[in-house]
Amino acid sequence: MPDLPVGSILQVVRAPHPVLATAGIEVDPRDPAIVQLAADLLATQVVSPGCVGLAAQQVGVAARVFSVDVSGHPKTKICHGAFVLCNAVIESATRKERGREGCMSVPDFTGDVARARRLVVRGQLPVTGEWVTIETDGFEAVALQHEIDHTDGLVFLDRVAGPHAVHPRRTYL
Amino acid sequence: MTHTAKLTAVSETRSETSGHPEHHVLAVTVIGDDRPGIIAELTAALASVGGNLEDSTMTLLRGHFAMVVLARTDATVGEVEVALAPLGESGELSVDVRAVRTREASGMPSADHSAYLLRVHGADRPGIVAAMAGVVAQHHGNIVDLGTRLGTDLYILMAEVVLPSGVDPELLRSDLARVARELGVDASLSDVVDDLL
Repeated sequence: MPDLPVGSILQVVRAPHPVLATAGIEVDPRDPAIVQLAADLLATQVVSPGCVGLAAQQVGVAARVFSVDVSGHPKTKICHGAFVLCNAVIESATRKERGREGCMSVPDFTGDVARARRLVVRGQLPVTGEWVTIETDGFEAVALQHEIDHTDGLVFLDRVAGPHAVHPRRTYL
Repeated sequence: MTHTAKLTAVSETRSETSGHPEHHVLAVTVIGDDRPGIIAELTAALASVGGNLEDSTMTLLRGHFAMVVLARTDATVGEVEVALAPLGESGELSVDVRAVRTREASGMPSADHSAYLLRVHGADRPGIVAAMAGVVAQHHGNIVDLGTRLGTDLYILMAEVVLPSGVDPELLRSDLARVARELGVDASLSDVVDDLL
């Protein structure tokens, strides 16, 4: 990952905010505003407990940018650390399994979603605009699909497996 | 208990019409405050009157225990109510027993029917379920499974819809999208595909 400026902590929007249902526009990863957005996403993610990814839509911007960092998560196998991708697309997705996922923008619920556990994603790094290919598995693969969905204007509720696949989120007192 | 008397009357009527008292199926509904042990007590009481459990569903609705179970038994509605009486004694659980018609069909769509998953979410407001279910009904769709959730500001509706052959899912999809726009909610209808392995 190229060096990023100091990021600001942004407010995370919640469903049913319309930006979460808005597909993001393609961005220029070298644009200083996008570089700053990348830094802000990582800065906001880092201070949000349990957050392993954050998309531009979640901070109110309908753009194809997201951050991911699954470092240290107990479910993580392959891990690429903290990074931001712009204009990411899924090249291949295989070995679907169902898991239960939550989202900072849907704080009251979790949902059972079937997602690929083997994934190849192509996207551009901020600052340089370099195209990179990320091949990953397991939890990082799930996080990437969740964030790419956000950039397409989808939340996990648009993927849940059935009428009884949405659950109240457990709260820890 | 007048309630019991009424239920018994329903049971007798349905038993007579079915003509198979030995195939008596009772629907037991339990609703109330959740606590550990409800299912253990309910099923033990049903077992004590020779009840053989068939389909059942149970969930928590905002902390309220809610269960419906079908049990096949030779016992009468009154006998089952007596067996289940301790469950409702504290007043925290409401128990209802009634006879249902014996049906051989499993409720699953036949081969010439297609299943779809309707997903709806958006800002809570009265009438979302009524409006979306109304569209489904206009297209002769049958909702065979339904779950709804209310969050802080968010309402979620998930329904499995079965369409008879001859109904164009694209027309249903289009009407659902139009009504969803009017309601200001997001809606999608996707195929449910069975992978037979």
